[in-house]
Amino acid sequence: MSFLTIRPIELAALVSTVQSPERGGIAVFLGLVRNHHDGRAVVRLDYSAYGPMAEAECGRIVAEAGSRWDAAIALEHRIGPLSVGDTAVAIVAASAHREAAFAACRFVIDEVKRRVPIWKREHYADGTRVWVDPTAKLQHA
Amino acid sequence: MIPFGMSAAAPPTVSVHVVLFASYADSLGVDALELTLPAPTTISAIVEHLRTLPGGSRLPPKPMCALNLAHAQPHDPVAEGDEVAILPPLAGG
Repeated sequence: MSFLTIRPIELAALVSTVQSPERGGIAVFLGLVRNHHDGRAVVRLDYSAYGPMAEAECGRIVAEAGSRWDAAIALEHRIGPLSVGDTAVAIVAASAHREAAFAACRFVIDEVKRRVPIWKREHYADGTRVWVDPTAKLQHA
Repeated sequence: MIPFGMSAAAPPTVSVHVVLFASYADSLGVDALELTLPAPTTISAIVEHLRTLPGGSRLPPKPMCALNLAHAQPHDPVAEGDEVAILPPLAGG
């Protein structure tokens, strides 16, 4: 399975890959492109990835989640130019009950943000663009 | 007979493929390069070398790195033909 896509993420199609009669709980997390960052107006952004490693790391994360919870997991991250409101990442976790579905879904998005080599460059309304550094806030705090 | 370039006196070296991304690729002006360093070598030795290149001072001393598509630590040994990636702060999700 490929976890990275340059096409719009289709949630219904992703859900159908993990849906089954014995799995009565499905948790979904969607990450969307925000229209602001640090008080600046974002008009669009570009996601880029270290493709082969991002695929491998997503595979490892999904496998780890599958070994910790009795859940089927689907994960897709979009790469390339995105507009405000577009879905950048989608995670679907299906299990017999909601606890495992929520826990697995939360684990996968947290690990994706921590471990998968993906970067985003924001384009602002004033014409400037910047590679986003989520650690910069921590350094300034 | 000693093959050309393989003199018995030549110190051993390690050639690695280095890949850079996002802000780090912008800083050094390249997204990939081949490095040959004295053997044995490590992730941190490769980063130290990169920091001596033009624009390299903008790399932090201990950036996040990967070795052959998996996260790596500064002391990890690097072997001939390995791919080392220098990863700016991740921003996926």
